Amino acid sequence: MTESCEVAIVGAGPAGISAACILADQGVETVVLERGEFPGSKNISGGVLYGHDLAGIIPDFARQDCPIERNIVESRVWYASDEGGFSLAYRDAIFKEERRLNVFTVGRARFDRWFARQAEKKGALVVCGTLATDLLRNKAGRLGGVRTDRELGDLKARVILLADGINSPLAAKTGFRPDPAPEHVALAVKEIIELPEEIISERFNVSDEDGVSIEILGSVTRGMNGVGALYTNKKSLSLVIGGNLRDFAELKLKPYELIEEFKAHPMVASLIKDGVPREYMAHWLPEGGYEHVPRLFGDGYLIAGDSGMLFNALHREGSNMAMVSGKLAAETILQALKKDDFSEESLSIYQEKLKESFVLKDLKKYRRFPGFLRKHREIFTDLPLSLSMAARDMLTVDGVDKKTKQSRSWKMIKSKTPLLRLARLLFNAWRSVK
Amino acid sequence: MNIEDKLFLNRFQVDDTSHLRIVDPKLCLEECRDQPCLYLCPARVYTLEQDGRINAAYEGCLECGSCRIGCPELNIEWRFPRGGYGVRHKFG
Ligand SMILES: Cc1cc2nc3c(=O)[nH]c(=O)nc-3n(C[C@H](O)[C@H](O)[C@H](O)COP(=O)(O)OP(=O)(O)OC[C@H]3O[C@@H](n4cnc5c(N)ncnc54)[C@H](O)[C@@H]3O)c2cc1C
Ligand code: SF4
Ligand code: SF4
Repeated sequence: MTESCEVAIVGAGPAGISAACILADQGVETVVLERGEFPGSKNISGGVLYGHDLAGIIPDFARQDCPIERNIVESRVWYASDEGGFSLAYRDAIFKEERRLNVFTVGRARFDRWFARQAEKKGALVVCGTLATDLLRNKAGRLGGVRTDRELGDLKARVILLADGINSPLAAKTGFRPDPAPEHVALAVKEIIELPEEIISERFNVSDEDGVSIEILGSVTRGMNGVGALYTNKKSLSLVIGGNLRDFAELKLKPYELIEEFKAHPMVASLIKDGVPREYMAHWLPEGGYEHVPRLFGDGYLIAGDSGMLFNALHREGSNMAMVSGKLAAETILQALKKDDFSEESLSIYQEKLKESFVLKDLKKYRRFPGFLRKHREIFTDLPLSLSMAARDMLTVDGVDKKTKQSRSWKMIKSKTPLLRLARLLFNAWRSVK
Repeated sequence: MNIEDKLFLNRFQVDDTSHLRIVDPKLCLEECRDQPCLYLCPARVYTLEQDGRINAAYEGCLECGSCRIGCPELNIEWRFPRGGYGVRHKFG
């Protein structure tokens, strides 16, 4: 059987659903195909979402029962060694009141489901449990629909939005974008650790609605270019750790062992103490950066979100890039519908819109960042260890004068990371984010 | 906590056929020195059999895709489980 619609969207993640909301709002006949039993059932993120970009799709989301876990009032960054580490925290009362829900945590199984329901309320059709297995082309080679693995069979459409996330066998099969190389994705594992609400509030020194996010760099990734994170939910903590997929292979690290070691880190262990693990998940993050963003449009199709490598690793912003790219893709489609022209040329305004938005501006600004991390492996190996040893020495009160301590700390740091290399690290770090 | 216990926390809707297939077992034996599928996989789906073959316990697959592009011989035929099957997140 063949069904047809105006716009077919593959994937009910933030990118696909954002587009569906905008299109359905304008009365465009939109079908979203989702392989999971319900939207979100296949998805994870560290768990923070950004109110500004969600409000761009659902302005009154906070009043629409959006499943918010905790409003983030404090962000911490740790630079960890094996037995401890440095901690930098920033808390601001403005995020409690005036800029409440600037950043908040969610569980994607609940959030994506809620988000998809908003699209349905606007008139979009979200078809779950349905895998898009191929793209349909007419004799001239132009895209004309999607093949699925369900009774629905083929879904004909005038234009297709590919919002199918970073791991796309569909891309590998049809070639609409190149499959990522192992060095262009990070593999992350995540555990949900349940704890009573009041214990979480107490441990993180927040009220029951508010929460804390912690990003953890250093030796916790065992030498991989990667990062760990700990976020507060209402009655659980999200614990995430991941690294570049090529590094995983080269260093022969096992993800499930890595997360166990991470849980045992003294700064982490005290925060998750007595918690009960409830779920274990794994997912990729796009890490190619600006240089590896594929072409995001062609005759009859557009690509949004993770599928287009739109992820800012430095600021762990992915879901908002997905929402904004989905929205801009939908706006492009609305213009194309008016012109009745879905050619590559007509859809190319998508690229212009992305260039004008923070999406491609930020990715361009940080284009050197992935290379910087690849080049300076010492950030994840020697540097956290020698800096920690130096701090430990300085803070140990043992009758040795500070000048002696200072010079032996310097010597130790320089023996691991020569001065020239340190200078280059600082210069390259500045250049990669300037 | 070992990987079996971790997977036990999850909900899976297991299909009766595998979505993972090792195309040429000979390649695993003869060409693949590092056998990264054995440690790369976050669900320890791949294990080494006594006779040197690689077994794929697809039931616990977390669908990350790492073996798909991480196998140096591209020897794993990989597709998503059928719509509605596979891992089903409770929290996400
Ligand atoms: C561990 C981790 C931590 C992260 N932390 C953060 C964070 O804190 N903040 C942040 O902003 N971002 C974070 N991200 C990134 C963020 O999750 C992604 O950028 C975002 O989910 C991308 O949205 P998307 O809609 O493009 O893709 P996805 O959310 O991946 O959605 C794709 C959808 O398509 C479906 N699908 C795929 N193929 C098919 C097919 N063939 N047929 C039918 N359906 C299909 C999938 O089931 C899925 O529902 C994190 C990611 C990970 C993995
Ligand atoms: S990595 Fe690929 S080729 Fe090597 S053992 Fe595993 S499946 Fe076989
Ligand atoms: S997709 Fe991921 S979880 Fe599944 S078998 Fe491959 S590496 Fe393991």
